[in-house]
Amino acid sequence: MSDITKQSLSELVQNIKDKKLSSEEVTKAFINRSEKSKELNAYITEDYSSAIEKAQKFDQKPNLNLKLPGIPMAVKDLFCTKNIRTTAGSKILNNFIPTYESTVTQNIWNEGAILLGKLNCDEFAMGSSNETSFFGNVQNPIDKDLVPGGSSGGSASAVAGQLTPITIGTDTGGSIRQPASFTGTVGLKPTYGSCSRYGIVAFASSLDQAGPMAQNVKDCALLQEVISTYDPKDSTSIDFKRDDYSKKLTNNIKGKKIGIPKEYRVEGMPKEIEDLWQKGIEYAKDCGAEIVNISLPHTSYALPTYYIVAPAEASSNLARYDGVKYGFRAKGENLIDMYEKTRSEGFGAEVQRRIMIGTYVLSSGYYDAYYLKAQKVRKLIKNDFDEAYKKVDAILTPSTPSSAFKIGEKKDDPVSMYLNDIFTVPVNLAGLPGISIPAGHDAKGYPLGLQIIGKAFDEQNILNIAYAMEEKINFKNKITDWWIK
Amino acid sequence: MSIDLKTIKHISKLSRISVDEQKAEKLADDLNSIFKFIEKLNELKTENVEPLTSVAETTLKLRSDEVQSKDIREQIIKNSPQDNEDYFVVPKVIE
Repeated sequence: MSDITKQSLSELVQNIKDKKLSSEEVTKAFINRSEKSKELNAYITEDYSSAIEKAQKFDQKPNLNLKLPGIPMAVKDLFCTKNIRTTAGSKILNNFIPTYESTVTQNIWNEGAILLGKLNCDEFAMGSSNETSFFGNVQNPIDKDLVPGGSSGGSASAVAGQLTPITIGTDTGGSIRQPASFTGTVGLKPTYGSCSRYGIVAFASSLDQAGPMAQNVKDCALLQEVISTYDPKDSTSIDFKRDDYSKKLTNNIKGKKIGIPKEYRVEGMPKEIEDLWQKGIEYAKDCGAEIVNISLPHTSYALPTYYIVAPAEASSNLARYDGVKYGFRAKGENLIDMYEKTRSEGFGAEVQRRIMIGTYVLSSGYYDAYYLKAQKVRKLIKNDFDEAYKKVDAILTPSTPSSAFKIGEKKDDPVSMYLNDIFTVPVNLAGLPGISIPAGHDAKGYPLGLQIIGKAFDEQNILNIAYAMEEKINFKNKITDWWIK
Repeated sequence: MSIDLKTIKHISKLSRISVDEQKAEKLADDLNSIFKFIEKLNELKTENVEPLTSVAETTLKLRSDEVQSKDIREQIIKNSPQDNEDYFVVPKVIE
């Protein structure tokens, strides 16, 4: 079978179960394509030889009852993997070898999947273009010198470029959904508390969530079913009844009420995005959904709130990188000097910027004016959603205010970079699930995504809506393999 | 309000990140443009709003404090930038 890497996860699982393909064949096919795709710079660390060994071992005694039987998979380098270097895209963790495995990745290996390697990302997941990574820019398979989005940029590039059949990312303000939208793939940010944060390098603990990134909604549902478990090791993991999302997946969404929030019609939004949204509304109607106009009045306050809450939590979380117990250490004249030089040389510019913002808003005399204020506005934003969900079952919006941009285009203007997340950030602040599905192309042929936001713990519902709309949209990603010579 | 170089120096000290003059100026510019954007929150009256500290409406669960990872001392020490097999080593702190 020559086009193994073109198959979706569901097809590969079926073919392995039917013994039409071995894990070794599948694993080697993705390794082969990954080797030919170095120009994308999607990987930080490769683990190919060990992947082949694991695949051979699987084939000797295949357990075909598993959900991901012998499926090779690369994961974002923010997940700690036991005995395999985990960098979070940072110089400061350049040589860090975890002694433990994240719960989310452990769940994946427990279902039979095999690690291919660790994927590039923005440093500590802080970025929207993968340009803050210590390990260099990632290319978007859609076009040369185009960003894949971020922070899960390597993950998005690897799925779109078929270097891995599926992957996981993390999403603090849009880091799964925005890169999914930029690369024509599907990305789900689950409800806060759905996937364990244990073993994920922390960025902003009240917002961080892991989630699947896939070629289609069905694959996404299957991986979500695997990674979402209650975990006592994460004190904010929530013990709720999780569905077999892939088994219960249905395209019957007749009568579902889908809200269209007028505040997402932001000033200066390109007509292409407006048109895409309108098209999305028509698709939803075609699927039998009922469209309801709603209001989320505090939408425009979400980004400013996020840029207080997230840096505040980050400044606290990243205090642990001091050059003592692990990671990079710079030489210093004394202990304090060593700390200061280690952090100055070990963190990149964006991470330092956010640590400084966070330190400032938490510092004596400013806490009430910034952090407390932001927490109060966060409450208002959550209340907006609670109010809306009295009238609707889900909300439909564009995923991003534009298609992917060129590498370097927004790098020097932090605020314009932050605006990328204008439609995704409110979802994290309210702890809700959101999924981005590819829905069309702009004039340049670059993909554009639509976002479906659900009630807390209602992943099944937004997966169903995404599944039904995906069928109507019939999106085809335009990948020319330009990077393969 | 605007963030001046003195404030940048103060935050850099609190964050334990060394900052030279050139970097301080760039940071001041960046932080000022970010804070200008953040000031938008002042449009809202929030006196009577309860702050949201967690989206999960549950109390944090307690668990017994039991050791689950065993015999990883060597691996842990191995990750430190400078070690002597038994301890984490830092620059001298006592004169």
